[in-house]
Amino acid sequence: MLEAIDLGYRFGSSGPWLFQGMNIRIGPGEVVGLFGPSGLGKTTFGHLLGGYLAPAQGRVLLGGAALPVRGYCPVQCVHQHPELSVNPRWRLGRTLREAYDPPEALLDSLGIAAAWLSRYPHELSGGELQRIAVARALGPGTRYLVADEMTAMLDAITQAHIWRAVMDHCRENGVGALVISHDEALLARLCSRVIACGGVTGGMSAAVDLAGMESGEGFAGDRAQAAGSAA
Amino acid sequence: MTQCATLVTTPFRGFGRLLGLDCRRTRLLWAVGICLGVFAGIFALAAGLGTAGLDPHLAVRNQAPSLAHPFGTDPLGRDMLTRTVRGLLLSLKVGLLASLVSSVLALVLGVASATFGRAVDAVVNWLVDIFMTIPHLVLLILISFAAGGGSRGVIVAVAFSHWPALTRIIRSEVLQLRGALYVRTARRLGRSHWEIARTHLLPHLLPQFLIGLILLFPHAILHEAALSFLGIGLSPHTPAVGILLSESMRHLSTGYWWLGILPGAALMLMVKCFDILGTNIDRLSDPRTAQE
Amino acid sequence: MLRVNDLTISFTRYGRGVSRDALKPVCGLNLDVKPGELLAVIGSSGSGKSLLAHAILGILPGNCRVEGGLLFRGEPLTPRRQKALRGRSIALIPQSVGFLNPLVRLGGQVRRAAALSGMAGGQARHAADAAFSRYGLAPAVSRYFPHQVSGGMARRVLSATATVGDADLIIADEPTTGLHREASRESLGFLRALADAGKSVLVITHDLKAVLPWADRVAVFHGGTTVELTAAANFSNDLSGLRHPYSRAMWMALPENEFAAEHASTQGGEQGCPFSYLCGCSDAACAAAPPAPVLFEDGFVRCHHA
Repeated sequence: MLEAIDLGYRFGSSGPWLFQGMNIRIGPGEVVGLFGPSGLGKTTFGHLLGGYLAPAQGRVLLGGAALPVRGYCPVQCVHQHPELSVNPRWRLGRTLREAYDPPEALLDSLGIAAAWLSRYPHELSGGELQRIAVARALGPGTRYLVADEMTAMLDAITQAHIWRAVMDHCRENGVGALVISHDEALLARLCSRVIACGGVTGGMSAAVDLAGMESGEGFAGDRAQAAGSAA
Repeated sequence: MTQCATLVTTPFRGFGRLLGLDCRRTRLLWAVGICLGVFAGIFALAAGLGTAGLDPHLAVRNQAPSLAHPFGTDPLGRDMLTRTVRGLLLSLKVGLLASLVSSVLALVLGVASATFGRAVDAVVNWLVDIFMTIPHLVLLILISFAAGGGSRGVIVAVAFSHWPALTRIIRSEVLQLRGALYVRTARRLGRSHWEIARTHLLPHLLPQFLIGLILLFPHAILHEAALSFLGIGLSPHTPAVGILLSESMRHLSTGYWWLGILPGAALMLMVKCFDILGTNIDRLSDPRTAQE
Repeated sequence: MLRVNDLTISFTRYGRGVSRDALKPVCGLNLDVKPGELLAVIGSSGSGKSLLAHAILGILPGNCRVEGGLLFRGEPLTPRRQKALRGRSIALIPQSVGFLNPLVRLGGQVRRAAALSGMAGGQARHAADAAFSRYGLAPAVSRYFPHQVSGGMARRVLSATATVGDADLIIADEPTTGLHREASRESLGFLRALADAGKSVLVITHDLKAVLPWADRVAVFHGGTTVELTAAANFSNDLSGLRHPYSRAMWMALPENEFAAEHASTQGGEQGCPFSYLCGCSDAACAAAPPAPVLFEDGFVRCHHA
């Protein structure tokens, strides 16, 4: 179980709160969507779950314990811009194998060609780089995947292909996922439930769960207002 | 109705193409080779000419450039070519020492400032600001006097006044790298700080550092010449380019143009060579621009 | 307005040392944009759609070679003509708001764009004010700096900058990337309005779903070539209007539809149809030679089986 409890974040110690009181629970093998317009701190929330940032408030718990600070993190993130998440001076084979040696089957299912691995990032397209970033994140130690607008830059065919491979992997290995996106159709396709956040006041303060939410989950805030903005 | 408009044509034909000048990487390599050739030429020339030309020959005073004395002679009959080459050699040595010291200082301070927390960062930034706000020449003169003057003073002054700019570059590079998504991802993938420094940071910093070092050369050389020109440090008998230039000032009005122009041009050529060398190595070392 | 005939773009790339090999990311690309039309260029990343925009504007990097015809108003686009037309008759709306100068007030940037397009001082100011009101930007906004306005507003300023000079051809590079539904609808609505005002609009995007309601025709790119040029209305659940298997796959892959992903690899074939080895109906002819365009009344398709 991956849990965010009363999570809040702001830059510095006195900046305005980007969001506060975020709660979320993702079970093993469960795929949860996070929906909302840009600029609400969804990316920052993903970074908190993946251990990229330390929360200013609240806790991120994995199986009841805090995320490990060192060593392989069981929560892995895949980001929106693949060209930023690979070292521009490394050949991609090295990037792919940074944490573990991905099995042939995974590379095949993601459609990664052997020829790409001897190239540099600027020689591949965004879709090709993202496949490599995904393969890198799906190591045997990964229990949860945070996909932050993972395919927002990609065409429909590549998007469908990558997601099919990722969903197969998650199902076979009991890996849970948080899918952050502004594409409702995609979330409806992938997720068993979707948490939506409204952005009337420019913060991730209000949200409702669109499909069968357990009590206490989502964002603390004015439910009525959130429902109004979502309608 | 196919219209052909070839938008990019290569301007190199015949001989140029034979040398590979139509190919950008070859052009860069040629530029690098020519620059290195110029430096080797200075050493070869210095060795070939010996030091005989440094002695006064009053019989051949103030001669315009000729075959026997390509750079002419000075009012004491010394061969200007020999003096210029000796001066350039001295400049190279001072430049090498100074830019080595400066760039190592910059590397240490820059990395420390970016990694050892806010206090260190504040101190380093404060130092950088101080050094950058003092006019460069004033700083050089102050340090050179503080270090006891003489040729040692010049070297110390040039070495300890060129680190601030490179420190800033290295600091911002390290900060940027530490914040880079791929470095943060490497941390989440279980790499240790040491591994990340070795595999991600160092290979990125090293070319920057080397290029910074090469590009410090012309600065150091010019400032050494400037200090000598002002008469600080080196003795008037040392054949340094700055001293040659300052001597030539006295003869400018008398029409002995070769005394100033030829050593000055030689200095410019050498400085420009370092500049070209630095920029070309920069282009070649970056996988993105290396393709163009 | 703009006609692209068999455009080929090749790069020279270095291997080890100074050895070079040539890459042909764009090969045999055809399309045309009429006045008053919004043409969507759809393709995966790496299909050559950004290169097309750069080739039209003449801003490809130095190791590129362009062959084939680029005709603007019936005359070939030479580098000299591109330089003269760029920013005047041909305008680009860049992808990201990072293209605004962070140190110049927004009004100044639009006025400068107007001045660069050949207007005199007073005229440029009038044009800039008109562009501001066209995009619903309050006059006060012209005194703001880019960091003081929201992303959506910055995007409107970019649109205003591109259209202030009365350009006839407007190229929008990924106008919807990173935008949520409302914002991308607004962004494309502005482009539609430009087309309705008689301009030619070329929208380069990977987001088929967002652009379809606004486009007149769609050019589908794959492997550096236009596999199909067709009316936007042909993208519907009745697939019979789509003549190329790749276009059909593109439609079927949308999350709203089948989310199908059989045709996913981005590798191109060395010769023959770039889609042949992914295609369900490929045969010897497909592997042997690239198909020539087969013309229809509303476009064309490059497929041996169409």
